[in-house]
Amino acid sequence: MSAPRDSVLAIRDLRVVAPNGAVLVDGISLDLPRGEILGLIGESGAGKSTIGLAAMGYGRGGCRIAGGRIELAGTELTASSRPVREAMRGARIAYVAQSAAAAFDPAMRLDRQILETPLQHGLMSAAEARDWMVELFRALQLPDPEGFGRRYPHQVSGGQLQRAMMAMAMSGKPDVLVLDEPTTALDVTTQVEVLALLRDTIRRYGTSALYITHDLAVVAQLADRLMVLRHGREVESGTTAEVLESPREDYTRRLVAERRESLAPAAGVRHDAGETVLDLRNVDAGYGGSLVLQDVSLSVRRGETLAVVGESGSGKSTLARLVAGLLPPARGVVDFRGRPLPGSYRDRDLAGLKSIQMIYQLPDVALNPRQTVGEAIGRPLAFYRGLRGAARREEVARLLALIGLPGDFADRLPGALSGGQNQRVCIARALAAEPDLLICDEVTSALDPLIAEDILRLLRRLQDELGMTYLFITHDLSVVRRLADRTVVMQKGRIVEEGPTATLFETPRAAYTRTLLDSVPELRRDWLDGVLARRVR
Amino acid sequence: MSRLILGRLAWGLLTLWLVSVLVFAGTELLPGDVAAAILGQNATPESLAALREELGLNAPALQRYVAWLLGFLHGDLGESLANRTPVAELLWPRFGNTMALAAYAAVVAVPLAVTLGILSAVRRGSLFDRGANVIALATVSLPEYFLGLLLILLLSVRTGLLPSLANTYEGMGFLAWLQATTLPMIVLTLVTVAQIMRMTRTAVLGVMDQPFIEMAYLKGLRNGRVVLRHAVPNAAAPIVNVVAFNIAYLITGVVLVEAVFNYNGLGRFMVDAVSKRDLPMVQGAAMVFAAVYVLLNMTADIAAIALNPRLRHPRAKEA
Repeated sequence: MSAPRDSVLAIRDLRVVAPNGAVLVDGISLDLPRGEILGLIGESGAGKSTIGLAAMGYGRGGCRIAGGRIELAGTELTASSRPVREAMRGARIAYVAQSAAAAFDPAMRLDRQILETPLQHGLMSAAEARDWMVELFRALQLPDPEGFGRRYPHQVSGGQLQRAMMAMAMSGKPDVLVLDEPTTALDVTTQVEVLALLRDTIRRYGTSALYITHDLAVVAQLADRLMVLRHGREVESGTTAEVLESPREDYTRRLVAERRESLAPAAGVRHDAGETVLDLRNVDAGYGGSLVLQDVSLSVRRGETLAVVGESGSGKSTLARLVAGLLPPARGVVDFRGRPLPGSYRDRDLAGLKSIQMIYQLPDVALNPRQTVGEAIGRPLAFYRGLRGAARREEVARLLALIGLPGDFADRLPGALSGGQNQRVCIARALAAEPDLLICDEVTSALDPLIAEDILRLLRRLQDELGMTYLFITHDLSVVRRLADRTVVMQKGRIVEEGPTATLFETPRAAYTRTLLDSVPELRRDWLDGVLARRVR
Repeated sequence: MSRLILGRLAWGLLTLWLVSVLVFAGTELLPGDVAAAILGQNATPESLAALREELGLNAPALQRYVAWLLGFLHGDLGESLANRTPVAELLWPRFGNTMALAAYAAVVAVPLAVTLGILSAVRRGSLFDRGANVIALATVSLPEYFLGLLLILLLSVRTGLLPSLANTYEGMGFLAWLQATTLPMIVLTLVTVAQIMRMTRTAVLGVMDQPFIEMAYLKGLRNGRVVLRHAVPNAAAPIVNVVAFNIAYLITGVVLVEAVFNYNGLGRFMVDAVSKRDLPMVQGAAMVFAAVYVLLNMTADIAAIALNPRLRHPRAKEA
């Protein structure tokens, strides 16, 4: 192997095969010099996680390394025995997962899980390991570093847990970290802190890292070099500046362009809005005794898009549930087309149910896996509009054409469709009822950027052609910028700011809105430092 | 958490009370008449009436129920109608025998079944996994009395390794007792292992698919540690449940096994009592069985609550 001498991880011609024979990764070669961060970029299915796990000598779900060589800190992994690979994991190479909530054992205290790595590998004495853990807690700015480890995973916040997982990965003083979308599950304002701490910790201890993400702007802040992947193959690689500023391949150019467009100034979407469709005045709502929404007032007019943005816990999804009739308000008035809207969907008549439809975040879950696309779209046609037989089939075909899917998809099951196609089906199903208001709850969050852009384009086209009215719930400010006429910012169940989208983005009044806008990662490599500097001020 | 546990206790007590109503009503509905059963062929209308009066059978059912329940709460199970001795004196020694056999079977069956279940989960799809499953299914599919007779034939009649009858008596040596009860113990073990094993396997497999198990492997932990420290504790609640259910079965469902091996336990006691129409004995035995059943299931529920780290270590109250 002709790896550079200072390379701590060297992969040559890696080939990973799934149990069904599909090739997940093919012909990947990379070198990771000591102290460097290599960003692996790509959409889902690009094979970036598979490469990260292969670097640990691990194949997820029965996938196996079918070819190539992996040299980690002087040891060839593909030819080595299971005990050798086990001895490397945790000690020389460690993993940080996307969801810390899922990656921690819920039944074990944090410190015992974190100390497991150094102690089971016999890397340090118990006292040394504990001191090192506390030092890491301190470096990662966790509260009460001495006592933090006594807690159980469910007793700390999401951002803290993500940092605790970073401490767990660093606990064995590994040479290489595999960071697999480590901040994707976090709110933007939390993401900024965690990103900065990740970067500082990696730099301070001279660790190398593979940084796996679909978000170019995030990786731009950390990575020295980037490798763009698609369908398990390398598209191009180079220094971060090269790839972002002068991408050679068309695919990379599209990825970069999409990210840039999402960051462009608000296009100033402005529809001639008609009469008020939905009107909420001083609404409180909650579960059990605690209020999740407090004193919420807003209105949506026909033909416009009202975006509701906020972080987790802001109450934005509760608002969607309230309008959909899944959660009756505790107080306040909800009017729909000038008449009071019954709090529970059970009390709404057929016309009332028909007029408000909803699209969800996870299209694969929102569709019955045993129902064909035609049945899924056909049901509301029969239920709300009484269409039967040939008339229904025709209408299904028309709706499929409208959302840009071929007519023969009507006979397919959701399992045979991609995530983006399933989301289109969900949209068609909602349109089938001919609603006056469409609630879109994080409809692009689970999709890859390019697919999400297609869905947004579709929603915009439907609005232009059919005059649709959207109540758009999202945490993604770049989506808001591109789609919404007006925007409502929510924090902890209250509305903190409201206004035309362009105005709100240009001249935010509330401090929270400014923080939120400031936290959206940008492609500039000095963005993170800039945000941190502004925050300190 | 203590509120949840107290709630579960309250439900347990309520269940027991309902059971007492059912037992009393059920024995009321038994065909035939105690007085007639006692007097048999010699009954004259006059003697029947006199005996009914003496036994208090003429009082209204509700009054008799309340008297019976109050007595029961004080540990007074009434008197046997057949031989006029206190039911408690006859019942508790038999119950002790049943408990001893159940304990013997549980001590063997539970660790065996849980271990087999964990092993077959870890080696999912292996020859061991499939073999264990086939054998387990075969043993639950065979009726206990058939298994019992089969084992008597193999281990007693053919080879003479173990006695075919589980004759036990007061003041018996421990080893002699073990030898006498080993055959019924094996039968009980065979019929309970399968369910516990398969439930354990399913529970552990469910946890093995969780991301935190993959994370444990990615920390370089050895298989044994991943399974015992991370998978099993998170699968404990369903395992505890099925174990409690099966121990309850070991105590309350052993009538057939006791009959096959002529073991002097509570199951046979109850069968005898029913055939003699000895209502206080039937009621006493039924209540004891029911109480064991309810208590064990309640214990399992409470254990499942106590094993949940979210309930054991609640988040600090947030503002």
